Amino acid sequence: MTNIINTLLVLILVLNFFSLGSSRIQSIIHTVAIQGVLLGFLPLLVHSHLNIWLLLASLTAIVIKGILIPNMMSRALRNVQIKKEVEPLIGIMPSLILGAIATTFALLFTSQMPLVPEHNDKLIVPAAIATMLTGFILLTTRFKALTQVIGYLILENGIYIFGILLLGAMPMVVEMGVLLDVFVAIFVSCIIIAKINKSFSSMDTRMLSSLKE
Amino acid sequence: MIIFHLLLLILMPPLLFGVINKTKAWFGGRSGMPLLQPYYDIIKLLRKGMVFSTTTTWIFRIGPIVTLTTMFIAGLLVPMGRFNAPVSFTGDLILFAYLFGLSRFFTTAAALDTGSSFEGMGSAREVTFAILSEPALFFAFSVLVKMSSSFSLTTMLHSPFNELSVDIAAPLVLIAIGLFIVMLAESCRIPVDDPTTHLELTMIHEAMVLDHSGPLFGIISYASALKLFILGTVLLHIIFPFQIGTAWINWPLFICEMLGLAFVIGVIESIMARLQMNHVPYLLISALLFCAFGFVLLFR
Repeated sequence: MTNIINTLLVLILVLNFFSLGSSRIQSIIHTVAIQGVLLGFLPLLVHSHLNIWLLLASLTAIVIKGILIPNMMSRALRNVQIKKEVEPLIGIMPSLILGAIATTFALLFTSQMPLVPEHNDKLIVPAAIATMLTGFILLTTRFKALTQVIGYLILENGIYIFGILLLGAMPMVVEMGVLLDVFVAIFVSCIIIAKINKSFSSMDTRMLSSLKE
Repeated sequence: MIIFHLLLLILMPPLLFGVINKTKAWFGGRSGMPLLQPYYDIIKLLRKGMVFSTTTTWIFRIGPIVTLTTMFIAGLLVPMGRFNAPVSFTGDLILFAYLFGLSRFFTTAAALDTGSSFEGMGSAREVTFAILSEPALFFAFSVLVKMSSSFSLTTMLHSPFNELSVDIAAPLVLIAIGLFIVMLAESCRIPVDDPTTHLELTMIHEAMVLDHSGPLFGIISYASALKLFILGTVLLHIIFPFQIGTAWINWPLFICEMLGLAFVIGVIESIMARLQMNHVPYLLISALLFCAFGFVLLFR
């Protein structure tokens, strides 16, 4: 079982690199969608006994993260009619290298952390930290509002992975509440993106600093 | 066992190109060339005459033959499926990697021997990309060496079957992805190089063999199929670490896995475009990173 979980987590790490390495926003959205679906399967694997609530929670996560949110973002992308992140703060290659450094440190440092023994051989903690850092890199180095929303979503994915560790202690309701929050946040930001695009005829968030009363 | 190994090694490689072409035709809604067309092409080329430019020397003639020989020896070192390789000794993974290097050296030397600018360009590209794909191969091999604590390809590549400990799945996934990219780059498939194009400015491998004709060109096409076959064999050990109890079923299983791999390559060629030439190093660096991460994960 640990083998399957680790395989899934490594695939999630690989998808992080894809999201950092591609400049077409549509393909980053696809990457995040696949990541969301993979994440949805994680709680099923970590928990030893299946019940209907767990199944339902995992299904909801897959539907929201894998289908609903990517669809909304794709629609927002169609509305604003841009395809590429043209000039990020740092280029594609430097951000890939940053991501690689972040992942390496996440892997190396977690072996020093005082974890519960049963979490030691799983990659959950390093994968969570690496995914959060990836989201953070995406969030800070890209200027298009939609890419920043994607960065936020990847950051949340990292927190979700971390939350899986607490699955026994924390009721599923909390997880569902977080999921709902994310859904609403992205729903709102997709609307805001359309508005930004309408008033500034660009999705560049740097333009927002020229807002006056 | 050895007879089967040799038979598959000699007869199967061009079939992979047939399967890839059939898959691409199927995606494009065409009926495509017959499955065995690569064999017909090679046989036809072998019966033709050769034309040599007056500027070329013996290097030009010996290049394809060296390539074929090195590929064949490399094929003898790699185990197929669950079976052991005919030739196996400690440290043969180094020989394996450098047989590829030797074949690359002679291909590029033969290309440079013609003095054509296109072929010089092709060689430069080939060697530049090889600088990035070779370390990836070595990182992948060192993961397997660490896993099996053995320096021979047969034991090394069989270790994913044998050792089902907890922490091997994650590194294996990473080096599988890295090796897949390396395989596409080495055998000049689509994200890196387009084997069907004849536009000299954008191609790598085809640009190097423009001046070869007749039997020598037949040998080159056969050797490139052989290269794909050998790298695919290495990759299959990592992707499918499964086995079936009865020994004889493992041969058909291996053939099916190989054809499946060819099908996957065909699908990738159909849905992807070739990368811009200046983006190819990024792809290869990411392959290198994946393999290196596999290494880091194992030593964590």
